[in-house]
Amino acid sequence: MTEEHVIKTDKLTKRFGDFTAIHAITFKVNKGEIFGFLGANGAGKTTAVRMLCGLSRPTSGNAEVVGCDVYKQPEEIKKNIGYMSQKFSLYEDLTVLENIRFFGGIYGLCSARIKSKTNELIEQLGLQNEVKKLVASLPLGWKQKLAFSVAIIHNPKIVFLDEPTSGVDPLMRRQFWELIYEAANDEITVFVTTHYMDEAEYCDRLSIMVDGRIEALDTPRNLKERFGVTTLDELFYQLAREAKRGG
Amino acid sequence: MKRLLAFIKKEFAHVLRDKKTLLILFGMPVVQVLLFGFVLTHEVKNVKTLIIDQSQDATSAKLISKIKANPYFKIEASTLNVRRVEQYFKKGNAKLAMVFPANFGREHAGLHRTKIQLIADASDPNYATTAENYLTAIVQDFNSEINWEADIRYTIQPEMRMLYNPELKGAPNFVPGVMALVLMIICVMMTAISIAKEKETGTMEILLLSPIKPFWIIVSKIIPHLVLSVIDVISILLLSVFVLDIPIKGSVLLLMAESTLFVVNCLSLGIFISVETSSQQAAMLISLMGMLLPTILLSGFMFPIENMPEVLQWGSNLLPAKWFYTIVKAIVIKGLGFPAIWKETLILLAITASLLGISLKRFKIRLE
Repeated sequence: MTEEHVIKTDKLTKRFGDFTAIHAITFKVNKGEIFGFLGANGAGKTTAVRMLCGLSRPTSGNAEVVGCDVYKQPEEIKKNIGYMSQKFSLYEDLTVLENIRFFGGIYGLCSARIKSKTNELIEQLGLQNEVKKLVASLPLGWKQKLAFSVAIIHNPKIVFLDEPTSGVDPLMRRQFWELIYEAANDEITVFVTTHYMDEAEYCDRLSIMVDGRIEALDTPRNLKERFGVTTLDELFYQLAREAKRGG
Repeated sequence: MKRLLAFIKKEFAHVLRDKKTLLILFGMPVVQVLLFGFVLTHEVKNVKTLIIDQSQDATSAKLISKIKANPYFKIEASTLNVRRVEQYFKKGNAKLAMVFPANFGREHAGLHRTKIQLIADASDPNYATTAENYLTAIVQDFNSEINWEADIRYTIQPEMRMLYNPELKGAPNFVPGVMALVLMIICVMMTAISIAKEKETGTMEILLLSPIKPFWIIVSKIIPHLVLSVIDVISILLLSVFVLDIPIKGSVLLLMAESTLFVVNCLSLGIFISVETSSQQAAMLISLMGMLLPTILLSGFMFPIENMPEVLQWGSNLLPAKWFYTIVKAIVIKGLGFPAIWKETLILLAITASLLGISLKRFKIRLE
């Protein structure tokens, strides 16, 4: 197992009938980095993430996640990853505490560990007064921070974030990214999809997806240099203009 | 095991937090049992009766007073004119008329044989037949009393015995039916909705991405609802024993065991429905329309299965409620033990196992 790369794909492809959602994408994600997965709506980001998580079976090509094959070892992969989707992923009718305990529980954490983790989380997020409140009553930004913390409650090797900050104001997004940096410091690899350019700047490396293909992949600085642009915004528009799918 | 426990705790929290669901869960059985028990009975009481006594003698007076004393009949009026009968029937002031002909007393005394006429409003045939049967019974009873007094011993009495339910009470029949119906609605709908809800809100994705296996997801969906449904069974039985006065003749333990089996059966049906649908609405519609109607019509609880066309009779065999209804009737009303119902039990077990098996197989581990 080459520990350098926690994700390796080789011509990974997904077709739905005649429609090819993902065209033979090949890339590698290094251990401990924050990997940005950019693309317009409909570019195929979510489909790619689902394949990597073992939630959706690829049509062809290969992929290894934490050293496990996505076809043969989806169960192994599930134990080692965390996941948070654009659709809000906590139980709204449970309290903050109940949510934390539930997710700790289904990931097999022992009760002492859940307890210490819960205290740690609540302190970190400043939720001391909201512990017994229903998640439904929290502001969206807090919910998403909590969802992220819950997604990494079992210290996974990789956490997949599928548009985690959509619909949140810039200030909250910034706070959210502080959590992401903390996770990266704890050696959790972060795989994040987004269409916010300010977030893209925070990533160690970026891949830009257009119509199911990876059109560019490098550090934000190298990308800007290579395409001769000053902001990622310009770069993104330049690439996205060629897109044929509506987004 | 720890994972399962966390999951079950969460399911309990879902149910206990939702006050509306709780109300349905515990309110519906009570309301249903009381409604069916008190309102929808075949029992006929307070039959409005019209007396036309053209004979006006001691024997007719004696018979009339005997009828008066009976709680099933209420004498509305007495008249001498037979033509008034129709008037009373049309206005709904009487359902039954009893005519003593002018020669009633004379014939009775002289020939020891006489006739009275019973006229019933048969626009509701069930009601009319039942009322007439009751009245005939009273007259026969009266006959035997007179014969006894007259010391004529060799009179043949036709005697009908209503086995198991001698008073022809409506409620004993309804309790097993309502039990099957209520459990069916509650269990099927609750589980169907609870999985469909996870799909709708997107939390199913998170569950599928966690290391918990589909089998355990299904088990943890079943257990909390099983506990709640057993509480329902107990409350239905308590109501029927203490409010509706229907004693449980057979073993309560056996009844509880069979009920639990039926509950698990319904829960697996709910899971099967939710595995096949993706929205709460669809799940609810299918469980209501698809299960409730056939259960009411074909389980034998409202309409006798023997009178149905053969295709429907065959079809009714697929309904778990039919078998459960038979089992409960056997235990509660006839007081029979397990040897009498092992076949039905086996069928329920088989249906449950196949539903669970299919659900597990069709449970999508991957999203497409």
